[in-house]
Amino acid sequence: MTRDTQFGNRKYVIGGAAIAIIIVYLIRLFSLQVMSDDYKKNADSNAFLKKIQYPSRGLIMDRKGKLLVYNEPAYNIMVIMNEQQGIDTLDFCRSMGITREFYIKRMAEIKDRKKNPGYSRYTPQLFLGQIPAEEFSVFREKLFRFKGFSVENRSIRHYAYGVGAHVLGDVGEVSPNDLENDEDDFYNSGDDIGKLGIERSYEKQLRGEKGMQILLRDVHGRIQGRYQDGAYDQAPVPGRNLTLGIDIDLQALAERMLEGKRGAIVAIEPGTGEILCMASSPTYDPRSMVGRERGKSHKRLTNEAGKPLLNRAIMGQYPPGSTFKPTQALLGLQEGIITPAVMFPCYHGFSYKGLHVGCHGHSTPIALVPALATSCNSYFCWNLYRMFSNRTKYTSVQEAMTRWKDYLVSMGYGYRLGIDLPGERRGMIPNADYYDKAYNKRWNGLTVISISIGQGEVTATPLQIANLAATIANRGYYYIPHVVREVQGAQIDTTYRRRHYTMVSPSNYNYVVAGMRQAVLNGTCRGANLPDIEVCGKTGTAENRGHDHSAFMGFAPMDHPRIAVAVYVEEGGFGAEFGVPLGALIIEQYLHGKLSPASEEKATKFQTRHIRYERES
Amino acid sequence: MNANLDPRKRSSFATVDWLTIMLYLLLITCGWFSVCGASYDMEHPDILSWDSRTGKQLAWMGCSVTLGFVLLMLEDKVYDTLAYFVYLVMLVVLALTPFLATDIKGSYSWIRLGSISLQPAEFAKCATALALAKTMNQYGFTLQNWKDFARAGIIIILPMTLIILQRETGSALVFLAFFLVLYREGMPGCFLFSGIAAVIYFVIGVRFSIETLPGTLTPIGEFSVLLLIFIFTLGMLHTYVPKFRALWKWLISGFVLIMAALAFSTYLIPFDIAWVTLGICIVLASYLAYRSLRERSIKYLYVALFSVGSLSLFYSSDYVLNNVLKPHQQTRIRVLLGMEEDITGAGYNVNQSKIAIGSGGLEGKGFLNGTQTKLKYVPEQDTDFIFCTVGEEEGFLGSAVVLGLFLGLILRLIHLAERQTTTFGRVYGYSVLSIFLFHVFINIGMVLGLTPVIGIPLPFFSYGGSSLWGFTLLLFIFLRIDAGNKRTTN
Repeated sequence: MTRDTQFGNRKYVIGGAAIAIIIVYLIRLFSLQVMSDDYKKNADSNAFLKKIQYPSRGLIMDRKGKLLVYNEPAYNIMVIMNEQQGIDTLDFCRSMGITREFYIKRMAEIKDRKKNPGYSRYTPQLFLGQIPAEEFSVFREKLFRFKGFSVENRSIRHYAYGVGAHVLGDVGEVSPNDLENDEDDFYNSGDDIGKLGIERSYEKQLRGEKGMQILLRDVHGRIQGRYQDGAYDQAPVPGRNLTLGIDIDLQALAERMLEGKRGAIVAIEPGTGEILCMASSPTYDPRSMVGRERGKSHKRLTNEAGKPLLNRAIMGQYPPGSTFKPTQALLGLQEGIITPAVMFPCYHGFSYKGLHVGCHGHSTPIALVPALATSCNSYFCWNLYRMFSNRTKYTSVQEAMTRWKDYLVSMGYGYRLGIDLPGERRGMIPNADYYDKAYNKRWNGLTVISISIGQGEVTATPLQIANLAATIANRGYYYIPHVVREVQGAQIDTTYRRRHYTMVSPSNYNYVVAGMRQAVLNGTCRGANLPDIEVCGKTGTAENRGHDHSAFMGFAPMDHPRIAVAVYVEEGGFGAEFGVPLGALIIEQYLHGKLSPASEEKATKFQTRHIRYERES
Repeated sequence: MNANLDPRKRSSFATVDWLTIMLYLLLITCGWFSVCGASYDMEHPDILSWDSRTGKQLAWMGCSVTLGFVLLMLEDKVYDTLAYFVYLVMLVVLALTPFLATDIKGSYSWIRLGSISLQPAEFAKCATALALAKTMNQYGFTLQNWKDFARAGIIIILPMTLIILQRETGSALVFLAFFLVLYREGMPGCFLFSGIAAVIYFVIGVRFSIETLPGTLTPIGEFSVLLLIFIFTLGMLHTYVPKFRALWKWLISGFVLIMAALAFSTYLIPFDIAWVTLGICIVLASYLAYRSLRERSIKYLYVALFSVGSLSLFYSSDYVLNNVLKPHQQTRIRVLLGMEEDITGAGYNVNQSKIAIGSGGLEGKGFLNGTQTKLKYVPEQDTDFIFCTVGEEEGFLGSAVVLGLFLGLILRLIHLAERQTTTFGRVYGYSVLSIFLFHVFINIGMVLGLTPVIGIPLPFFSYGGSSLWGFTLLLFIFLRIDAGNKRTTN
């Protein structure tokens, strides 16, 4: 026996081949396991089913803690297109209470990537959202028959009162646009998002944080349990509750009295800037904007006369009329154009160089306080004219105009106040440029005289008018009006906790307060004279092509004021006709917590007094 | 005289190679843990129950270890004596198997004996190895002799054919491993090289059969294969006919011609330059045949035959792929070559196994923490795809250790085989290590997506009694032969 030496070297070839194979496999393993992350991700999407746990949306309460908006269980019907095949469509439609056409249409919509950008055949897609519990029970029993359909437990918003729709707003399914602008990557298609009102502006606080349950899914899609017994699960964080400045009883009264009219009532607590009530008419029942009905209701309201979806309190831009006069008095005093003692003549109006602005009968000449009380047009025309033609103080009319505008801006006019509601409009305070363009620079105080009495180019939102009342009540400063008083576990934005001082010193406010008090005692606002409350007020009758708007602005009590209010009724005639009594009732309700029987009767009278509108506003 | 000093009376346990036994025990232990991970059922987590696959595997491991020690206690001459007998019995059993077996996934290779099933093919490797060793051990046997070579070949091909008849192609292919043994024993290297070259032609030819070489009408695959044939032919000339002087002239003029054709096609008229390359190959083959006749040298003819054979193989491979292979086999090949992305069909297993392994990362997810395997994403994860569990739960480090253990075993077996004093021992040893190498190469390569999906188990890891016993038998017979061998030489 001899060792084979002839081919002995071939053991190296064989050994070398074995080593080479192992090395190649090691390299391959290294590249699969260590170099690349793709397989890990792939494995996770294979095995982990990340089930979103929806947080409950924050509750909304009024200033007295009454629950306004809360959640009730509802159900989303989801469908996985890939698995949904061969179901009994007829049976399905019958159990769901939908038509076959709707079913086909809905399925087509789901597959349409334009309408549904997050579409995937393998993940659950929203088929029908927010089905209330009672409607769902029929479907639940049959669910096992409909392969590919599943149910997600969600909640639906419920409104305890049928009022405050404009303020409270509503929630609805996220739109493709919302999804595109979703910076935090929070929403999935089919989720809810605040659409209007504070539901929209406080969306981030209300929505809470989604939780995540990690489930293990086997190759057949069956759930095999929780990953690591839920060690990596995240519990959802419920949304924060909101407490509003709104007094729901006051809100209900305001809406009641505006029935059959177009207009708005805004009340502010001067000491804090909290909105006490904000009514806009025509309005709608927030309960109609919930769940599956939302789309239909929204469409109906969009087309309805009077545009109920418009929140006139912050979106309506009206000539402020005589409610604007206190601003003129304030800036005149501050600029030294007038003193409380200065009197101007009024012979049924302002007549100068052929221009005439009418006024009603009262004694002449007239000083500031009675001028405010009687709402004398002439006085404020003179005031403006003297300011705009004062060439010792201002080098040009433009400079005077700019000064004038600055005062009004400091009082909250001409720009958005910045209320915590979406869609606020800014109103209009013209500036020198505006008239330079309009009159080719050839204009003077007389050309623009109507702005002194809140007419002409000047417009304001009811909110701005109410804010003026609050500023006067505070003798010279205001807080930016805001609806939300308290966010659970957090402070409200600092912008709502900062005083904004006007350019007028507090002492000058006293004369205006006196004028407004006189207006109530023996001027245009006598209808607001409540027996036990010192109300200050100012009427407004804004000219509007034959159908004057009726306005009122006031606050009470005179010292230590607790409420400032603005009422604006479109085509309501004289300020005293609707504005003053409605404002008085609001003040009484808020300060007494209830209406006296006589006032109650009065409120009902106004509730039933409807105005016929011919034009679309 | 002290009994211990008499080498004839020393127990084989004293001379057996304990290092190999250690490697064996380590591998089956790792294997058992992998089966635990792979067959872990979230609803029935009791891994030691007899009903569970882990419990059964543990029992089979116990039997295997016992079997190993019984084998060590037998007289070493037994294997030599019984080799042909065992081989013949095995052939009969293999021939009968299709008639006794039940259909398991289209293959008729399992025989039920009471409550357990056995796969004779697993034991046929051992019988074949013994018979081959005995044949080659005969006095005067040499592979240079055509008759002897044919005898060895028939011993390998017979069981292979019978196993193919059982529709167990994977197990049959394992017998190709014996050609590695023949190579070690003197089979001309060109045989092995030709085999490997055939695989290369096929892979390159099919994989790149669609894209064309820029500027020409020639598929990249065809062009590359023809170029390879040209180079391989010249390489063989260099090895087997060292006196052939014109080698460099041929090489250079061939390249110049091809470049010229490429330039002509790119800048003048695009045409299929494969004709030029093919022409060069044919001219070369013809010239070699002419030299062979003129100089009466058979070596030229062999090289010419290699060249012509390569060409015909390449041009027929396309035909074979499209007309001979069944559609599912065609798909498998295309998927393997990366020509088709088919992660739900034929590529599903491999894709899932890559995901499972890839998700393991450097350190793995930990014992019984693999999600992919536990949730049954990988099919046949405790048998053919068992390595996924290692990859996922033990990560790169664990996989490397396992690969290292296999390499250690194979290298150790080479060492043991080389130290045998008899051809019988050496051939048997090489048979054992070649079979292990083939299994490891194909099985792990398949799991890693590098080799075709051929359903053969990973030695000592895959769940199942037959394969574990088969591998134990193979290994321990060799250890016994080695122990006896060592005793006589000491």
